[in-house]
Amino acid sequence: MLTQEQAAAIFDRIRRLSSADEVEAIFTGSRFALTRFANNTIHQNVEEENSVVSVRTNFGGRTARSTANQFDDESLRRAVAASESLARVQEPDPDLLPMPTPEEADFGGPSEKAAGEGARSTRSFAKRFFEETAAITPAERAEVVRYIVSVADQHKLTTAGIYSTADSREGIFNSRGLARWHRQTLAEISITMLAGDSSGWQKLNSPDVRNLDPQRLAETAAKKAVDSAHPREIAPGKYTVILEPAAALDIVGFMFWDYSGVAILDQRSFLNDRIGAQLFGKNINISDEVEHPLQAGSPYDGEGMRRQRVPLVEEGVVKRVVYARATAKKMKTSEYAGKVGPIEPTGHGFPLPNEAGEMPMNIVFGAPEEPQTVDEMIASTERGVLVTRLWYIREVDPYEKIVTGMTRDGTFVVENGKVQCGLRNFRFNQSLIAMLSNVEAMGVPVRASGEESLDMVVPAMKVGEFNFTEGTKF
Amino acid sequence: MKATAKLALDAAGARGVTYADARAVAIRNRSLTTKNGRVGHASESESLGIGVRVIADGAWGFAASADLSPASVAVAAACAVDIARASARVKRESVQLAPEPAAVAEWTTPYKVDPFTTSVEQNIDLLLRADAEMRAVAGVTLAETGMNFQREESWFLSSEGADIHQTKYSTGAGYTAYAFAGSEIQKRSYPNSFGGQWQNRGYELIEEMKLLENARRVGEEAVALHHADQCPGGAATIILDGSQLGLQIHESIGHPIELDRVLGMEANFAGTSFLTLEKLGHLRYGSELVNVVADARQEHGPGLGTFAYDDEGVAAQLTPIISNGRFTGYLSSRETAHTIGAMRSGGTLRAEGWSRLPMIRMTNVSILPGETPLSLDQLIASTDDGIYMETNKSWSIDDKRYNFQFGCEIAWEIKHGKRTRMLKNPSYSGITTEFWNSMDAICSRDEWTLWGTPNCGKGQPQQVVGTGHGASPARFRNIRVGSAYKGS
Repeated sequence: MLTQEQAAAIFDRIRRLSSADEVEAIFTGSRFALTRFANNTIHQNVEEENSVVSVRTNFGGRTARSTANQFDDESLRRAVAASESLARVQEPDPDLLPMPTPEEADFGGPSEKAAGEGARSTRSFAKRFFEETAAITPAERAEVVRYIVSVADQHKLTTAGIYSTADSREGIFNSRGLARWHRQTLAEISITMLAGDSSGWQKLNSPDVRNLDPQRLAETAAKKAVDSAHPREIAPGKYTVILEPAAALDIVGFMFWDYSGVAILDQRSFLNDRIGAQLFGKNINISDEVEHPLQAGSPYDGEGMRRQRVPLVEEGVVKRVVYARATAKKMKTSEYAGKVGPIEPTGHGFPLPNEAGEMPMNIVFGAPEEPQTVDEMIASTERGVLVTRLWYIREVDPYEKIVTGMTRDGTFVVENGKVQCGLRNFRFNQSLIAMLSNVEAMGVPVRASGEESLDMVVPAMKVGEFNFTEGTKF
Repeated sequence: MKATAKLALDAAGARGVTYADARAVAIRNRSLTTKNGRVGHASESESLGIGVRVIADGAWGFAASADLSPASVAVAAACAVDIARASARVKRESVQLAPEPAAVAEWTTPYKVDPFTTSVEQNIDLLLRADAEMRAVAGVTLAETGMNFQREESWFLSSEGADIHQTKYSTGAGYTAYAFAGSEIQKRSYPNSFGGQWQNRGYELIEEMKLLENARRVGEEAVALHHADQCPGGAATIILDGSQLGLQIHESIGHPIELDRVLGMEANFAGTSFLTLEKLGHLRYGSELVNVVADARQEHGPGLGTFAYDDEGVAAQLTPIISNGRFTGYLSSRETAHTIGAMRSGGTLRAEGWSRLPMIRMTNVSILPGETPLSLDQLIASTDDGIYMETNKSWSIDDKRYNFQFGCEIAWEIKHGKRTRMLKNPSYSGITTEFWNSMDAICSRDEWTLWGTPNCGKGQPQQVVGTGHGASPARFRNIRVGSAYKGS
């Protein structure tokens, strides 16, 4: 896998091959291993290693990208030539900015050294690379799976899931002297336990494998499968729901594409004409914060700009959205200036060129004044539904932000302050605006991981009037 | 690249495996988009690498590397063997592979125009002209277009003697017009939503699409939806256009017939299936008119699931899935065939690129057209009271593939055999087998199109591959309509 020094040397070769006004190279690489189990046996077990360079050239406002995963002279020459020929045939884009300098990318903070000189950020950033995670072997993953299977056997259940580890690197270099490099690890365990007519699930990931607790995850998933056996069927309708963090994450995650300057300019955001309004309950506070200790990911965006902390929602009012550099410039002269809160680059842009602009990718929910545990939420619920996991969520209405989806792997009836039994799964059609206006209680935000949305720091939520429209057969 | 694959095979063989295969793959891609009269992105990519799959101690191992030097390829092969031996520590039964003749073959997607020989200027010019046509309609607030080409060349060698060289081309294009006004965002897409139409063909597909001819209409319909009535709720007769029916097949037939899902191998992510093994040959899946096949052969058409050999060297086949309404077949692989008593794999194992383990994927899962001549106009004319829905807008289905809900971009009310007022926000929902048993008419061959779904995700790590779905418009009785907007 490429080192920072090797990447810098490759960038120097790319610069020499290009006749463009400006050149940028984004490097991504990883060694990824995943052990997959089902029916209480390992059935897939894989490891892959790849490094990619993506070259962007810029000729007077015309830009394009070409990507390759071989680094010999001919492959690099072909990548540079493809990028240049794609760029040259375009009309100049008046919104395209020169590539950022190190000073601009750091928002005036400590600057980077020039590319090729072993550049490294001088600003502190939480450690996200752990040798303990990178060094996990196939045999060690197999031993963890063996333990998970033993829990399933003990409860007479069938288990399926994954245990993966990744050691990944990404870097961005440009011809104006910018050089960024980020290395991180990630370990992830996801466990499903299946019984005859019920199932349970748990999932967790962390840069540091020592933060995962396979025993607790396996036991919790097994308990959910056992406790939800012989599920009851109740009529669809509006219920109080208690969404565990992964379920809350997967549904609320569908709105964050809209917290983008380009989404406002394109008039495809549900926040058009709503920034500054009391859209959610006063107990909702949301920020984007890459440096939060429970977050993961790179501290810079697709142009190399350092990601800034951005308060998106304060006491239920959407205060602002995030911006790439060009989006901020365009917004300031648009009809929306003055209606969308502060307008400035925030370090959330995707690699250029792109249509989507930017997106907050490190969401952190604010802690409530009086957090409740899930058990306390259950204890205060006369009649409701406890949800472990949501599935196949899709947008039904982009402006009212109605989304549909299913419950899955551990859905329970709550009555008189107690979990009574399992429940056949429901389909929901729920406006996220209405949902976040009806949050009756929240837990302490935790790092959560689902299947439909980016990992985030999010609490369990007790929500009133959640709209279940149909049931299914299990 | 073939020599590299041979090197990997030899390196694995030297470590005492009972089976090995190697796939060396070279992929080239071009992706172009426009947005509101400007190029959105323009990119090209190349990716080369090799994946090595082995069975050792009765268990699977797989490793992949982009480094094609002899030393690194040998390391990848050794890694696959080490992983297989680790897998064997948590093993209940040894892997069984159904026998398959070792094929030696060359095959290339039939095409008229290699899309990579067309100029980027020509591609962008077409997209910008379609973009301009949409934005010429007052009220269109966002126009987006896209065009993609891919060439994937692979060399598959196995320890059983297979030696297969395939080159597959795929091409896709489409566009969407959005209209935002008041408190609504409406959109219309052509020829399909979420990327348009895709097939395993050359640039001739783009030339046949009539992209410019339809752009103005698409813009006008996006704006007109703001003045349309809300689609009513309740039980109704519905007619689905072919593209929507293609996605309905994908979600409620294509996924549940994947044998790995049925056997629980996907339980943690994609889910399982209601089609448990005892239902094969017995379940009444649909009405007598429902005939569905999984067909990867070129004879079926140039679908995204068309090839000569799958990614474990099994020849493309036709498998009857639903025959006159009865459930008759699964999608299978060499490892899973024995679980349904089959002597041979159904030839459906495919991988995304070179770095991923092949798994059971839909090929072209298509509903056969009606044998009696029936056009869409005739189908509408024969419907007294119903709703005609076009173009998918949202889709969702539970993890056993029973309960589904689809939204479409646009609908029209049908009264006394005529298409009348436009309706906005149409949706329908139901239970898979109840839905397919309610089909009482399907249009004939003239209305049948082999649609492409380029973005089917499955597996851990997730793999995205393209699938094909032939369909013609069809009618369904007593379907729940409007649940998506009920109470939300």
